[in-house]
Amino acid sequence: MTKTRTVSRNRILGVPLPAGRSGVDLVISALRIIIVALIIIGAGNTLLEGRFTFEQWLALLFAGLAQGSIYALIALGYTLVYGILRMINFAHGDVFMAGAFTTVFLANSFRHSGFLDSQPLLAILILMGFAALVSMTVAVLLERIAYRPLRNAPRLVPLITAIGASFFIQYTFRGLFGSGFKAYPTVAFLRGTFSVGSINVPIAQLFVFLSAIVLMLCLYWLVERTRIGKAMRSVSEDKEVATLMGVNIDLIIVFTFAIGGALAGAAGVINGLFRPQGVNFFMGFFPGIKAFTAAVLGGIGNIPGAMLGGMFLGVIEAIGPNLVLNGLGIPSANQLKDVIAFTMLVLVLIFRPQGILGERLSAEKA
Amino acid sequence: MSTLAANWRTVIRSGLIAGGVALYTALIGMLVAFDEREVVRNSFTLGQLLLVAPAVLVGWLTGRKSIEVPAVQLLLRGLVAGIVSSLPLLALLLVSSLVNLRTVLINVDKDLVRLISFDHGVGLSGALILASALGAAGILGAFVHLIPARLRHALLTALAWMLGAGILGELVRQLLSQFLDREALSWFLRRDTLKPEPAAVLFAVVLLADLFWSWFRETRGRREGPAPRALQFTRVGGLAVLLLLLPLLVGSAISDVLSNIGLYILMGLGLNIAVGLAGLFDLGYVTNFAVGAYTMGVLTSTGVLGIENKMGVTVFNFWLVLPVSLLVAMFTGFILALPVLRMRGDYLAIATLGFGEIIRLLALSDWLKPIIGGAQGVLFIPAPNFFGVELIGPQRLYYIILGACLLAIFVSSRLNNSRTGRQWMAIREDEDVASAMGINTARSKLLAFTISAATGGVAGAIFAAKLGTIFPTSFNLLVSVNVLSLIIIGGLGSLPGIIVGALFLVGLPELLREFDEFRLLLYGTLMVTMMLARPEGLWPSAVYQREVRRGEERAPPQAGEQAA
Repeated sequence: MTKTRTVSRNRILGVPLPAGRSGVDLVISALRIIIVALIIIGAGNTLLEGRFTFEQWLALLFAGLAQGSIYALIALGYTLVYGILRMINFAHGDVFMAGAFTTVFLANSFRHSGFLDSQPLLAILILMGFAALVSMTVAVLLERIAYRPLRNAPRLVPLITAIGASFFIQYTFRGLFGSGFKAYPTVAFLRGTFSVGSINVPIAQLFVFLSAIVLMLCLYWLVERTRIGKAMRSVSEDKEVATLMGVNIDLIIVFTFAIGGALAGAAGVINGLFRPQGVNFFMGFFPGIKAFTAAVLGGIGNIPGAMLGGMFLGVIEAIGPNLVLNGLGIPSANQLKDVIAFTMLVLVLIFRPQGILGERLSAEKA
Repeated sequence: MSTLAANWRTVIRSGLIAGGVALYTALIGMLVAFDEREVVRNSFTLGQLLLVAPAVLVGWLTGRKSIEVPAVQLLLRGLVAGIVSSLPLLALLLVSSLVNLRTVLINVDKDLVRLISFDHGVGLSGALILASALGAAGILGAFVHLIPARLRHALLTALAWMLGAGILGELVRQLLSQFLDREALSWFLRRDTLKPEPAAVLFAVVLLADLFWSWFRETRGRREGPAPRALQFTRVGGLAVLLLLLPLLVGSAISDVLSNIGLYILMGLGLNIAVGLAGLFDLGYVTNFAVGAYTMGVLTSTGVLGIENKMGVTVFNFWLVLPVSLLVAMFTGFILALPVLRMRGDYLAIATLGFGEIIRLLALSDWLKPIIGGAQGVLFIPAPNFFGVELIGPQRLYYIILGACLLAIFVSSRLNNSRTGRQWMAIREDEDVASAMGINTARSKLLAFTISAATGGVAGAIFAAKLGTIFPTSFNLLVSVNVLSLIIIGGLGSLPGIIVGALFLVGLPELLREFDEFRLLLYGTLMVTMMLARPEGLWPSAVYQREVRRGEERAPPQAGEQAA
């Protein structure tokens, strides 16, 4: 009698579930098998058909790496903040937008005055600095106004605030600069291709990749080799002990938001030079979500992880539709590029929330 | 002496903050957009009201903290705060007379200059009149403190009624036109704008009524205890009659607004089960809405995509498909909930957001185009038929939505107080403890997701029948965010909160067309300010309020212990 009762309790809509967590485990394992099977079938089909040449795959790989390095730069902002506050700064995509959207006006005035063509590198540096400054300001204000008063609130509260702040930033910029699409000017020296043997790499992609690497190295140096970096790491390890050691927590948190914002702003300009079109108030949403995916993929809170995750996601997004979806016979697979990214996001959250390089998060953190 | 200096510093600082707010509303175009709507004909517009509002507010705030100071100084503080609050706008006037800001900031144009200088242009006279207007507004704000309490209440109530009637002119016209002919109506309104005379009459009537009411209550004394049964019945009965007659009273356009509010209430009730009761932060609620709508679309459409044309099945109609939509939505909700059961908080939010986007992108894609129409959507969805009466148009569809809402409210309120509801609340407060208390958390969470999805599916199905066509663009993230904002702002876990939230957040922007552009800005601002100032919402549920405020209640005794 008792036994039947327990069984009937574990039925939902008539679907029997084994008691407790094992039912969920079963579903997740089944899901894992299905996904691996789909990937193998799809990839196998595409490769057997020989639809693309080696050069074409390589071109996709490079495009993916370039796009991925932009994701990586934004992802660093998520990871830095998460490492210190254990919260997801949902509005970080909009911090990226703020820099990119504001700088488009400066970039176009540089273009009109001829400065961009006469001194391209200097002009780009100034643009990046300006965008970094704007994004940094937005990020710091965000922390000061929206997040700091809620540092000890229940978990749901800062999350709601972050979503609200995200919309606030988006629609503020829509109000300020209008809802139309703007475009970055094209820079002459980024147009060509760079060839090694039979392999051609567009210079724009090379530029994006290299500038991202430089910025990441700067960040790595800052965090690992400087005094304030040491303070950041100590706050991330244990806030209370860090306070006892004389670290000013508020200052470190503001600094972290500032660094994350500056990287996002610089990423905004790099993104604008790489893909000039489509600058508007909503441009931060998709890069933001994807960068978050990248941060989780690499292990959130882990700086090299975010870089790796970004590159990885960029490559998957570029290759995935052609490799897997084509092979499964899905028409116009490139339309589903974002589906790949979002599926990746959900899958990472399901199967490996600690990411590639991340520590095993305890249930409370995840 | 130093406290005095500090006081003045506060006055100046709050003045600057108010000025920053005024500058912000000017730069994002809110002032000019609202200037289109006259509150009282030929007297003042909503834009002007918004322009002076920060100054009035800051004048009031500076007076609030200094009750004991002499009246003159109180007013002086208001004046200073008001004038200080005009500084950012003065700077804007100055800069815009020197440089053309419009190439970057699209809203700094002639209209804005005209509005903030009260038609006096960018010169000295414009600047002076702006500064003095805001200074006067500051004095006005401070002056509120000097009015005797009873009169103050009456004045503010009367003002609120007058402004409300002026702003919602269209609603007033619809209501009055049921009782008055054109000529009588034209005494009150011209187009949708209140005329000065009726505005003054309304102000006076409300003022006197409020004064009379407070005098009446004082002399009679307040009645204690619950209302007698007969009164309760009359109230419920009155409400029921009102709800039934509402679409006839307000006409077709406002019935449409009511239907939209109803759909959002329905979705809010559904999402409330996941977010408000079980604490499962679902950012992909649009998934359920889309599944319900597409089920209704594909099964009942008489177009190419409809099952009628594809398989020759003609048995499906609205009433048959409504439960089918519900079941399909429940099933998808269940399937999508399975993999995310382990996730908490932020991760759950992002994963469900991912689901919502995946569904939208799939609906848009060429891959599923043969089934659900891709970007062209599903067309020719027939309106529901009720015993031979075709329920077309918002005034008739309203009743279906009303019925669904009442049913959902009934189910929700029963769930709230049930064993399951208490399990959900336990999970919301602490999942580990809930699990240790013997609650099967996986089962409870699945149930919450599934029931929550069902309501979304019904809302989607009704939405499809209401519009007659559905496109993937209707099912974007903003739907989820709208629903989420209204339940958060109304108060998580609170049924009246959802209704209040929907009325404010869905109804108001639809009645005020100028507002529509700033709707999401308003949602964002409200979400942030609510979380900072009143995290339990406008009309909170008692349990959730206790939970959110828990930290604050505990803090003072701890400090006391340390002192002891």
